[in-house]
Amino acid sequence: MTDTPPGMFRLDGKVALVTGASGGIGAAIARALHAQGASVALSGTRRDALESLAAELGERTLVAPAQLAEAEAAATLVGEVEEKFGRLDILVNNAGFTRDGLMLRMTDADWGAVLDVDLGAPFRLARAALRGMMKRRAGRIVGIASIVGATGNPGQANYAAAKAGLIGMTKAMAQEIAPRGVTANIVAPGFIRTPMTDALNEAQRAALLGRIPLGRMGEPADVAAAVVYLASGEAGWVTGATLHVNGGMAML
Amino acid sequence: MSDTAEKVKKIVVEHLGVEESKVTPEASFIDDLGADSLDTVELVMAFEEAFGVEIPDDAAEKITTVKDAIEYIDEHKAA
Repeated sequence: MTDTPPGMFRLDGKVALVTGASGGIGAAIARALHAQGASVALSGTRRDALESLAAELGERTLVAPAQLAEAEAAATLVGEVEEKFGRLDILVNNAGFTRDGLMLRMTDADWGAVLDVDLGAPFRLARAALRGMMKRRAGRIVGIASIVGATGNPGQANYAAAKAGLIGMTKAMAQEIAPRGVTANIVAPGFIRTPMTDALNEAQRAALLGRIPLGRMGEPADVAAAVVYLASGEAGWVTGATLHVNGGMAML
Repeated sequence: MSDTAEKVKKIVVEHLGVEESKVTPEASFIDDLGADSLDTVELVMAFEEAFGVEIPDDAAEKITTVKDAIEYIDEHKAA
């Protein structure tokens, strides 16, 4: 982000909340928002990871662990951020997890758990954050979906449904809150380099890269840059949009 | 006019940008004062904040006029 022209996409004075900040993509999003000048609340399930990220970033951070599967957690988390920083301008719904399996063998519990955290929690967090945003006539809600929410993926009925749901919810929300100057958008990453993709063998790797026109895996920073844009003032006329960051794997 | 009524009127005037004379007790937020559904949600939020009352959704749905709001708040504030 250091190459951006001075003054563009700056977030000085803004307060952001990033869920799932203990993961690779979430941490990259938090770093990027922080680098643009925002204060960043780091939420996630692993306190130690959040604390080391906060230590790395220095000032303008809040460590706010949360178990988003719990219904009350969202409102509590938003309240914590507003108490610490006085407001919440940018909500990044990044937290999510997978519990893959073929439909025929997928249990109700695996279906429900993924829907609840990957779709239910973003709904509850947005609802809690909107109060202040609508009052201030400004705000940004960015959801991290997935290419899978648009294309589907075998073994991920629950995850694909949650991510497609997140896109639909965001469009409905965007229409509801547009009159109050609040935008809601989606970033839909494709295959991002993670320890799991690093573990692929040569043949698997080649097969995967063969499907990506830009010829490489995505980096967490690729996703973070898209979030910074949608969170910025420059994206003020963009709402209900899905920004696909997938190396061209699916051109939607 | 009660304190509650005064305060409610002020919030409505500020929020909806209507003339004070139009904010009569019988005035309907939507039909007479030009509020949309989002405005009514925000009005309820503003009442909650101003009076320190909690207005649950099922009660909020029934608050359609200025009078409804004043009565609800008088019944529930500082109980």
